[in-house]
Amino acid sequence: MSRIRPLLTVQPCRGLVDEKFQISVKYLPPKQEVTLHSLLQSEDNNYWEAFGYYVSDAKGAVKVAEDASVGGTYEGIEAMGLLWSMRPEPGSKPGLRLRKENVESPVVVQISVYKGHLSQGFRKQVALACSTVERWYMAPGVQRVDVTDPEVRGTLFLPPGPGPFPAVLDIWGGSGGLVEYRSALLASHGFASMTLEYMPYEGRKSDVNMAYFEKAFGFLQEHFLVDSKSVALLGLSFGCNVCLSMAVYSEVVQPKCCVCISGTHLYPVKSSTLSVLKELEKQTHKIHVDEKNRTIMKGILLPVPTDPNLKTEVGKIKCPLLFIIGLDDENWPVAESMEDMQKMMEEAGNSHLLTALSYPGAGHLIEIPYTPHCRTSRYISPQHGKKMTLLWGGRTKPHADAQEHSWGEIIEFLQKHLYSGMDPEPLSRM
Amino acid sequence: MSRTCPLLTVQPSRGLVDEKFVITVKHLPPKQEVTLYSLHECENGNFWEAFGHYVSDPQGAVSGTDDASVGGTYEGIEPMGLLWSMRPVPGSKPGLRLRKKNVQTPVVVQIFVYMGHLNQGFREQVALACSPVERWYMAPGVQRVDVTDPLVRGTLFLPPGPGPFPAILDMWGIGGGLVEYRSALLASHGFVSMTLEYHSVKKVKADIHLLHFEKAFRILQEHPLVASECVALLGLSYGCYISLYMAVHSEVAKPRCCVCINGSHVKSTKTAFAPALEFFKQNMSKMHIDKENCVIWKDILLPISSDLDTKLDVRKIKCPLLFVNGLDDQSLPAAESAEDMHMMMEKAGNSHLLTVLSYPETGHLIEPPYSPHCRASILFLDSSLYMMMLWGGQSKPHADAQEQSWRKILEFLQQHLYYGKDSAPLSRL
Repeated sequence: MSRIRPLLTVQPCRGLVDEKFQISVKYLPPKQEVTLHSLLQSEDNNYWEAFGYYVSDAKGAVKVAEDASVGGTYEGIEAMGLLWSMRPEPGSKPGLRLRKENVESPVVVQISVYKGHLSQGFRKQVALACSTVERWYMAPGVQRVDVTDPEVRGTLFLPPGPGPFPAVLDIWGGSGGLVEYRSALLASHGFASMTLEYMPYEGRKSDVNMAYFEKAFGFLQEHFLVDSKSVALLGLSFGCNVCLSMAVYSEVVQPKCCVCISGTHLYPVKSSTLSVLKELEKQTHKIHVDEKNRTIMKGILLPVPTDPNLKTEVGKIKCPLLFIIGLDDENWPVAESMEDMQKMMEEAGNSHLLTALSYPGAGHLIEIPYTPHCRTSRYISPQHGKKMTLLWGGRTKPHADAQEHSWGEIIEFLQKHLYSGMDPEPLSRM
Repeated sequence: MSRTCPLLTVQPSRGLVDEKFVITVKHLPPKQEVTLYSLHECENGNFWEAFGHYVSDPQGAVSGTDDASVGGTYEGIEPMGLLWSMRPVPGSKPGLRLRKKNVQTPVVVQIFVYMGHLNQGFREQVALACSPVERWYMAPGVQRVDVTDPLVRGTLFLPPGPGPFPAILDMWGIGGGLVEYRSALLASHGFVSMTLEYHSVKKVKADIHLLHFEKAFRILQEHPLVASECVALLGLSYGCYISLYMAVHSEVAKPRCCVCINGSHVKSTKTAFAPALEFFKQNMSKMHIDKENCVIWKDILLPISSDLDTKLDVRKIKCPLLFVNGLDDQSLPAAESAEDMHMMMEKAGNSHLLTVLSYPETGHLIEPPYSPHCRASILFLDSSLYMMMLWGGQSKPHADAQEQSWRKILEFLQQHLYYGKDSAPLSRL
């Protein structure tokens, strides 16, 4: 005689990647040990998983948002643990990093319940129940537009509606390429957002200089759906060098505000990007490779130089600046830089513009909430194709908390500075 | 002076049709009169709309969940008013009913914010902001399967997972054709659900027989993903009659429980099951036409006689039965039937099996939550014979009834299909 299986629900079953969900299981036997498991297959065909151990209550229910996981890849009351604690399945290639390339389709995650407290072999077991969850970077109505201006390479994401919208120029770091997901998500929050491809790589002869970024900024400002006075800069890692340099040195770019994640004010990009990278290359002897063959880059910028030419003059910044760092960052000396920046800005009298957020236990790759923490990954340097394993730093739980908290702060900061309240006006002038 | 548009958010932006959403607008001028407006283009190319009048607070914000609408198609604090109060745009054909045919795509509703308190001419105005929202009948992972048995035409919806699942045989009313959305939604809640096409306007003379329904029931029971002892019947309108008939008479189909929405145990035709056209011909003299030329069928089955030959013998029912009725049902005397059934079952000692939910000012078409209330619409009895049917109900109470009854229906189904008689869960791991 067949028996009913328990009922597993995830709500919402289709959410944005930064939205929380609620997972609950009902109709288990009471006091039953179960494992909640998540599984996703990445675009490069690797499997990522996470799991937590629970015990059903007297009514046979488990509620992830209220009950504590007593083991697995996360512990305690963690509503989103099944996402942020994901790691590659045992036996996967080392050094993987989970990044969505096609943002027009959702991330699909299978959530399953298994009998007992299991730690491996999930795919060979029959689950008690499963549920499929979609996680989207793009909200309905967000448009993806290839930027085909011959002088600017990137992708623009536009929110739905008549606009005009505030905008963000979204600049990633040294890994290069064209990374779309953060801009897609910003558009889902009401910002026209353009992500740029700029890093020089083997085979691209032309260098990228300040004029390139100024053109990109101008492209965004002049877009008919963008309010030209409400454009911000957002950078991660080397992207911060670019953002800070633009904010200070460019005569044409006037960002309304600036967000820097895991960056430094050292080595400004005043003219050419390649020349900065070449300068950095002179310091490669300071890179440290540890006993596990992981490359720790941060020494390359230490000690903080005294030569003012090697520092962006942050005392000249005129717009609000949100500066986010992880204190366990092994890739860039973010803490030392932040300290030096604060000193420079205090001396210049513009430190009221700076909001500094530092997260203990967080590493370099402070990404979108609930995406897995990446502590190390295989890295191919864009300039010469050299392969290495980079240590980014961070411990999973504090890093996940930092991603969640900082993203909330970023969205709030951008909304506060970019969305002007509308003047009360008679209807005829609208 | 820079001026960005206000920020309109709807969360979740992709939800199931029975999930609530939260609409907020920020960065408006303070104390600004605005209209929140919804627009949907249905599969037939008709447009449906709803709107509410709001005033922003001193911070320039409007919350659809916390603020009251002071005018429009709904009033008061109504988080879902922009959906349930939708009606065809002015100038539309009369007698429309909003029903999704293709359940594998979402219902897309555009939400707009307009300056001022508007009542018309929305599409000629430029909105301050807009955002589309998706509403889905099918959760991710739910599968849709055509049922191709020669005796049974229908569609099966399967939840994701290894099963086995409880199952529901889902039956609509006369003139229905194949209606999938309720079964799709039930599968999104963990039930295998099969919707039947037993009444087609194209095949009006086809025989309907108990055999068809018993076969459908067995197909469900024997499906590899279904727990065979956990199959329920769910019917609306004439579908209730079929469900009650099976519960009373079938030796083969023994439902674990039954849900009836706006139905009756009273026999309406001389044969057990009859096509719509037959039903109409046999009962034409008892139909009424109201002053708006809408047809009222309710009196056809009234008064309810004490003669057992005129109704199904519900004293023989052995399973729990949930009977949902709208007190303004103009199509069937659902409330009177509920009362009569209760009387019969009390005398027989099985009335503890019956739960009746009655909703005031609620009409015949009690649908999933937030679907627009349909008070009257055109019903086809065959490909050339149609009439404007009065279903009844007033928008706001009918919307409340849809929301509350759906929750009770899901609770009832879960209670009886996932739990055993001793209230212990049926899962044996």
